[in-house]
Amino acid sequence: MSNLKPEVSNSDHVQGNDAATITIVEFGDYQCPFCGDAHPIIKEIEDTFGDQIKFVFRNFPLQESHQYAFSAAAAAEAAALQGKFWEMHDALYENQYRLDENLFEELAETVGLDMEKFQQDFTSEAVKEKVDNDFESGVRSGVNGTPSFYVNGTKFDGDAAALHQMLEESTE
Amino acid sequence: MLEKGTKAPDFELNATPDQKIKLKDFIGKNVILAFYPADWSPVCSDQMALYNEMLKYFSKHDAQIFGVSVDSVWCHLAFEKDRKLHFPLLADFEPKGAVSKAYGVYDDEVGESKRALFVIDKEGMIAWSYLSPTAVNPGADGILDALEELDKK
Repeated sequence: MSNLKPEVSNSDHVQGNDAATITIVEFGDYQCPFCGDAHPIIKEIEDTFGDQIKFVFRNFPLQESHQYAFSAAAAAEAAALQGKFWEMHDALYENQYRLDENLFEELAETVGLDMEKFQQDFTSEAVKEKVDNDFESGVRSGVNGTPSFYVNGTKFDGDAAALHQMLEESTE
Repeated sequence: MLEKGTKAPDFELNATPDQKIKLKDFIGKNVILAFYPADWSPVCSDQMALYNEMLKYFSKHDAQIFGVSVDSVWCHLAFEKDRKLHFPLLADFEPKGAVSKAYGVYDDEVGESKRALFVIDKEGMIAWSYLSPTAVNPGADGILDALEELDKK
């Protein structure tokens, strides 16, 4: 059984209750259709389980398979530097069907970013390093495809729907 | 299945119609062998796509990866092109499955290689091996752990 390496820390993007008893980490790719399918299910999980859940997203862009995956991850990380990671994260998945190189600036404007700063950060070394570090942590954690989920640090063998079901059963 | 500490059986397999790969030419380099059942079947494709993303991590450890299945060179070429793979796939095609058998990872019933990983050190000794359930993509963390151990030597 594979475990999450490194553990969740303050360099991660965390949504939900910090004191939650269940931490879900997703390794995802913004161009991966299965991650796109998982997105609304994760939202449902967050709605259903509320304060019991903390959700963390790490980037796992499959650059060789998906030509916009890395740029999309960089766009989300650039938005994070303006405190809008989750806004960009949601916008990317909601607009996945029309993902291309022109989408990032459009979404940056929609979520209300300082455009000059966004453009700088989008191609910066720091943002690239953050995405690379996330990817490497996925490799070390035994990610074998996207999305991969970890529940309280242990790899969950199943998709988002299976995760939802498992949570329902375990919190009954 | 051959285990850690065994000498890796030498082989000579085609990577392309006119290029043969000999294991003994890679003495001095770490080698990763990823045996898998077939080109095009969904789980394997993910597995090879994953390794394709990890080549820079493998080269950091001075390691060369080869995929091995019983598919022919032409099938491998089409598959590599379609998935944009940047590492060689070897055809264990004639005599069918001979190398897979030598490594103890041939499935006689279905006539395919099992899903198995080997890390071979610079002296040609097996440093780590792992047999995965056929339906499960084993990821790459085990390979990287094994390569890290070798770096410590």
